[in-house]
Amino acid sequence: MTGKKVKFRFAFLTLIFLSLVLIVFLIIKSLEENVIYFKSPSEIKNLSELPKKKIRVGGMVKKSSVEINLDKINFIITDFKNEIKVSYSGPVPNLFTEEKGAVAEGFLKDREFFQATKILAKHDENYMPPEVKEALEK
Amino acid sequence: MLNQLGYYSLIFGLLFSVLAILQSIRPVVNKSNLISKNIYFSIFLQFLFVILSFTFLTSSFVTSDFSNLTVFNNSHTEKPLFYKISGVWGNHEGSLLLWLLVLTLFILIFVITSKKFDNKYRLLTIFFQEIIIFGFFLFIILTSNPFTYLYPVPSQGLGLNPILQDPALAIHPPILYIGYVGTSLVFSSALASTINKNINSGWAKHIKKWVLTSWIFLTIGIMLGSIWAYYELGWGGFWFWDPVENVSLMPWFCLTALIHTLLVLEKRNQLKNWSIILAISTFSLSMSGTFLVRSGILNSIHTFANDPARGLFILVFLFLLVVSAILIFFLYSKDENKNINWFSKDALIIINNWFMMYFLSVVFIGTVYPIFLEVLANEKISVGPPFYQKLIIPFLIPFLLTMILSTRLRWVKDNIYKINIKQISIFTLMSLLTIYFLNISDKNYLFASILISSSFFLFFNSLNDFLKKNIKLSQKISHLAFSCLILSILLNGIFSSEINTNMKEGDQINFEKKIIKFKTINFEKENNYKLLRGNFELVRPGKNILSFYPEIRVYDQPKISTSEADIKTDLFSDNFIVFSLLNDEGVFNVRYQNKPFMIWIWISSIVLAIGGFFAIVRK
Repeated sequence: MTGKKVKFRFAFLTLIFLSLVLIVFLIIKSLEENVIYFKSPSEIKNLSELPKKKIRVGGMVKKSSVEINLDKINFIITDFKNEIKVSYSGPVPNLFTEEKGAVAEGFLKDREFFQATKILAKHDENYMPPEVKEALEK
Repeated sequence: MLNQLGYYSLIFGLLFSVLAILQSIRPVVNKSNLISKNIYFSIFLQFLFVILSFTFLTSSFVTSDFSNLTVFNNSHTEKPLFYKISGVWGNHEGSLLLWLLVLTLFILIFVITSKKFDNKYRLLTIFFQEIIIFGFFLFIILTSNPFTYLYPVPSQGLGLNPILQDPALAIHPPILYIGYVGTSLVFSSALASTINKNINSGWAKHIKKWVLTSWIFLTIGIMLGSIWAYYELGWGGFWFWDPVENVSLMPWFCLTALIHTLLVLEKRNQLKNWSIILAISTFSLSMSGTFLVRSGILNSIHTFANDPARGLFILVFLFLLVVSAILIFFLYSKDENKNINWFSKDALIIINNWFMMYFLSVVFIGTVYPIFLEVLANEKISVGPPFYQKLIIPFLIPFLLTMILSTRLRWVKDNIYKINIKQISIFTLMSLLTIYFLNISDKNYLFASILISSSFFLFFNSLNDFLKKNIKLSQKISHLAFSCLILSILLNGIFSSEINTNMKEGDQINFEKKIIKFKTINFEKENNYKLLRGNFELVRPGKNILSFYPEIRVYDQPKISTSEADIKTDLFSDNFIVFSLLNDEGVFNVRYQNKPFMIWIWISSIVLAIGGFFAIVRK
């Protein structure tokens, strides 16, 4: 009888171990796939190669850069050292205005042009993206 | 004047918390274990001073006393009274004072209601809880004093963020906080009973009420935040896997697991250590939630402009609490003799606990990983919703099935031949429903079908449970509500449709056999904002015409514009129109969404909480 019990316990432990390995593997794999990197306009300037995956670009919306057409909005995100043109069609969040922080999510076409699929603005009207703050303090 | 009164009340409250710490630990140290009248006195006075201080802050807000920095930063004379009051906790300093208020109220309720328990346990619980309270007093007084004096006194305040001027959001923080703070009492009580070695079914019964209370408030609090995001942010989603949302979800997972573990402890006197571990983790997660939200460490769309130095205090405080809790746990916990059969209700509850822990760790990794990467590699990332969906949704299937099975099994041991005619008929019914739903959608995922069928399976089983006499009413209600929640979230996710377009006054568009007309736009003026009110019409084949009046508001103080969605709700779906101004030539961005079963998500969350309420009041 003890042999059976030991066998059962062994099978049970193996099962737990295997499922743990599987879970860790799953988590790491989907992390790799679903992580979205955040870049400032200056970081994009210095990229050695263009990322094909979705990224986020954050900074301040440049003064009087927002230009609105019937099907899309163009604006410029700046960190006061470098800037990038952003094109977007879709709803803009409530707090999106010129000279406020904004984050655009989408694809980088080249070092000067970003095609956004989503715009996120911060909830707090005084919020400034950290890298913009850093850039301003330098 | 109010400033000084409020500040000194806080100092007095701090003194009484120190007194209560000494009064609670001394009888334990000299082994007399006597509870003197003085300790009631200190706890009561401590509560009184905090409530005084809170009243002073509230009256500063109501009377717009701008000599107070917090009031100056967050209020304005033109603001409606309701939002002046909710402005008290709409900011960092005030919200912490609210935390403290609930903390001191809860310890007071605990001392009054726990008289039948043994003194050492009560003293130790008071001791641990008072240490937490003391920490919060220090935190508020040292880093976030809500009574900072401002001179010269400005004539007008800076105003409250208009996005936060919303009824759901006004009551969301206090309710969430009651949930968070309740977990602190569970934490103290768990540590106390570990030292006192009274973890048994009596303790389970007693602490269950606190666990359920926190769980109910947390459920409602999360739901309110989600409702607010749904209609105010104008995105139409209700859950974004945003870090700030995640930190409220993690303690919820833990508490839900704890409720079920306590059932096992109450009935079978098993899983003692596991209950303690869950109690400790729940509180740690609630505290780190506060820390993460308040420190501004999270790169979140919710981020509040904030001061990281405050985060450091909470981090150190949390670290000390958790380390000492773990030490106490290892020093005092005993080995228990496990006596669990693998085919019984007990075992299935444990298995579902593990699933809960898995969901928790997915959310935890997704939330914390970006912080680590930023610290270690200076790389800023965010983890997108697909991460969570991919890792959580597949595991919902075995989770739901285990949930069904566990309600059908007896405690201790059961045999496997329990699958009867009724189960088979339920299974057939749910397969037919699934086929129907998948036919009318164009997405024919095998996966979605299995998931939907298992949630229908749970749904009908929970309905069936209502006929049974040996199941508790609270369980019937909560499990039915949970199945409705999962179902409505799934169906909502699968069948939602939306269109985004730019329109001018007079335009109309076609979308999925529906016509959306932009009829007129009006300019109006309200007390503290100006507004543009659009009039849209939705013509649906075979149904009545719906009129929508979404608004764009431009607030005076601070100058911000917000879009207010107009949502027409019926039992089967929500129709949602929000618009925002694009340029001065009258072009608007219009977003129309059709969200099926939206109202059922809210209804089932409320019913879920009601189930918890029944668990408290009924034996």
